Amino acid sequence: MSFVAALVAALAPAVLADPAQEARAQALEREIRCVQCENEPIAQSTAEIAADMRRLVRERVAAGDSDAEIRAYFRQRYGDFVLFRPPWDARTWLLWSAPFLLLAAGLAVVLALRRRQGEGAAPLTPEEGER
Amino acid sequence: MIAEIGAFAAVLALMLSLMQGAMGLAASKRDSRVQATAAIAQSAAALVLFAFVCLIALFVRSDFTVATVAANSHVDKPLIYKIAGAWGNHEGSMLLWSLVSALFGAIYASARGKQGLGLWSRAVGVQGLVTAGALIYTLFLSNPFARLDPAPMQGSGLNPLLQDPALAAHPPMLYLGYVGMSIPFSLAIAALIQGNADQAWARALRPWTLVAWICLTLGIALGSYWAYYELGWGGWWFWDPVENASFMPWLVAAALVHSSIVTERRGSLASWTILLSIMGFGLALLGTFLVRSGVLTSVHAFAVDPQRGIAVLVLLGVAMGAGFGLYAWRAPKLAQPSGFAAVSRESMLVWNNFGLAVAAGVVLIGTIYPLIVEAAGGGLISVGPPFFNMTVAPLLAALFLVLPLGPMLTWRIGDARAALLRLAPAAALALLTLIIALASTGWRAVPAIGLAVGVWLIGGGLVYLWTRMQRGEGPPLAKLAILPLAVWSMTLAHVGAGVLTIGAVAETGFRSEQAVALAPGEGVAFAGRRVTLLEVGELDGPNYTATRANFRIDSAGGAQTVSAERRFYPTAPTPTTEVGILSGLDGDLYIALGEPVRNGGGAWAVRLYHNPLVHFIFLGALMMALGGALSLLALARRSRSAT
Repeated sequence: MSFVAALVAALAPAVLADPAQEARAQALEREIRCVQCENEPIAQSTAEIAADMRRLVRERVAAGDSDAEIRAYFRQRYGDFVLFRPPWDARTWLLWSAPFLLLAAGLAVVLALRRRQGEGAAPLTPEEGER
Repeated sequence: MIAEIGAFAAVLALMLSLMQGAMGLAASKRDSRVQATAAIAQSAAALVLFAFVCLIALFVRSDFTVATVAANSHVDKPLIYKIAGAWGNHEGSMLLWSLVSALFGAIYASARGKQGLGLWSRAVGVQGLVTAGALIYTLFLSNPFARLDPAPMQGSGLNPLLQDPALAAHPPMLYLGYVGMSIPFSLAIAALIQGNADQAWARALRPWTLVAWICLTLGIALGSYWAYYELGWGGWWFWDPVENASFMPWLVAAALVHSSIVTERRGSLASWTILLSIMGFGLALLGTFLVRSGVLTSVHAFAVDPQRGIAVLVLLGVAMGAGFGLYAWRAPKLAQPSGFAAVSRESMLVWNNFGLAVAAGVVLIGTIYPLIVEAAGGGLISVGPPFFNMTVAPLLAALFLVLPLGPMLTWRIGDARAALLRLAPAAALALLTLIIALASTGWRAVPAIGLAVGVWLIGGGLVYLWTRMQRGEGPPLAKLAILPLAVWSMTLAHVGAGVLTIGAVAETGFRSEQAVALAPGEGVAFAGRRVTLLEVGELDGPNYTATRANFRIDSAGGAQTVSAERRFYPTAPTPTTEVGILSGLDGDLYIALGEPVRNGGGAWAVRLYHNPLVHFIFLGALMMALGGALSLLALARRSRSAT
């Protein structure tokens, strides 16, 4: 039942004529979360609400909205939860900075280790040249 | 009666495990005590095994007076899935966790290496406490032997999605991996107590890190393969929290596999290897927590119970508190022998560990961040594939860029110029791939770079093999034949990483999908082929009914047929898909059957996917696991020739 609705909805605006637009729609459908299911993007969900959301994506893409505008539209309509790509704000700056902070911390550890290990690096003995 | 005997065996095993902990940590040097400790570890394992066999027997007999069996089995289920049902649920899987922990403990206790009696004894002791913790949790919070009164006439059945050979094998494999990390943890704690982590210690550690890593690799690959052909949406990896839960310990285990080589061969990085061992087990416990607590909403989490989640968290807190506490206290006292230069094999392995550890950290933060925000009252947010693809993928790509250099450098002080010169052919090949991919895909940089990185890994692996061959004498085949097993294992694992990269990049970057409505006799052009629906019929399976659609695929290479099904299990509310997959050299044509279209004149909803090179993903993972297995074999041979 749900799949029929999903399919009819998915087929109704049908495949977008412009392949670039179709690709954008598919990409967006993979990063917008179905609000009813457990951790599924609307691209893969068979719930009716996901079909409605897919139709919305396609309408917006066809109307010429940019990806950012479409994300903002969904965020405003369904809340932050709907975006698998969380926006940068007061709550998520730490998330988006985390990779860089971890890189910096890791680099500091490696450099400290280097300083300690470098001291002991005497020239090779011939037998150590063996791999 | 079987249930009570099983529970009794588990209780006995718990007592023996506690004894194993006490005797092991006391580390008596008296021969009789040493032998008794080993015997206790073996008996505990035998008892948990017996309890587990009892549980399987209850499932085989469909004894619905036992709550776990009633909730997860069904008389009509095929025997193999009755057996698999024993671990396809929360209670049984926790007993399996305990079983693996006890078995690994017994195997470790039985084969005493050269790591010294004190280390051996304390590691056996810590492992005993790990097993005891798992058994306490199993018996008191998720007892698989609990009775049900009144007993139902029929069980509620296993989730039909889980009635699948790959998924029957997936949890045991993953648990072997998760729990495999407990032995490195026990060895790390023992080393910290002992204040000694020398090369013999690393020698004892290596096979266990390999076992854990191989099993995690296979377990994740099985789960991914299952998701690919069972869930019916053409994908294989979704950065789902449950997937991340197994990916984090995998990354740390991969780092540990490499750092323990440095510690064994050169005695360096002992302190870091210890820290990784503790973190790896911590992440394995966290993985169990994430999957078993249902704290994260997820497509894969079938078991949900917050109270149990808190208990796992307490176990995690105790293990990590003890681990990190001991580390902070004792690690500075460990000796730091033999240095190495900035350009050396060791140095490259440090960068390997840097990349893998940072990647694990990023996955960890991305996975638990929504929980933290929610707990802090910030509402619900989602962190999904875009975040991980943007952060982890470039990090791994950077790691793979320097990877081929590592094996080409000598220990201690390497010659970067010579190594780079030898790698020139691989670099040229990668560059060529980059240019061709860019030109033929309309200058899409990301997948082109990804493919080039994959080719670079494969080329680098082959250059290494070629370089090692040059040291032998005689005809090429003879040179290949005398190469050490370790060379083959490393080459295979690294080439496997390249193959996996190519598959992942091709599938993610170049897949196509289309939803269509087809009536029997109708066809549609898709991905350079023509897909025609031939007919749709009904059929009966052992415990389900199905709608089966047959398709004909016409391509330049001729016509082939493939069928896709929708299965209806009376025990499940929603039908499941059995997709039709037509594998070719260039990838899979993947067909998922939907429902008949209302007022569609006999048309059916059909989803078509073309997944280029998707088999490279599973092939690559298999090659990596095989590489690990060869390394294990090399270690076994070395220890046999040493004794």
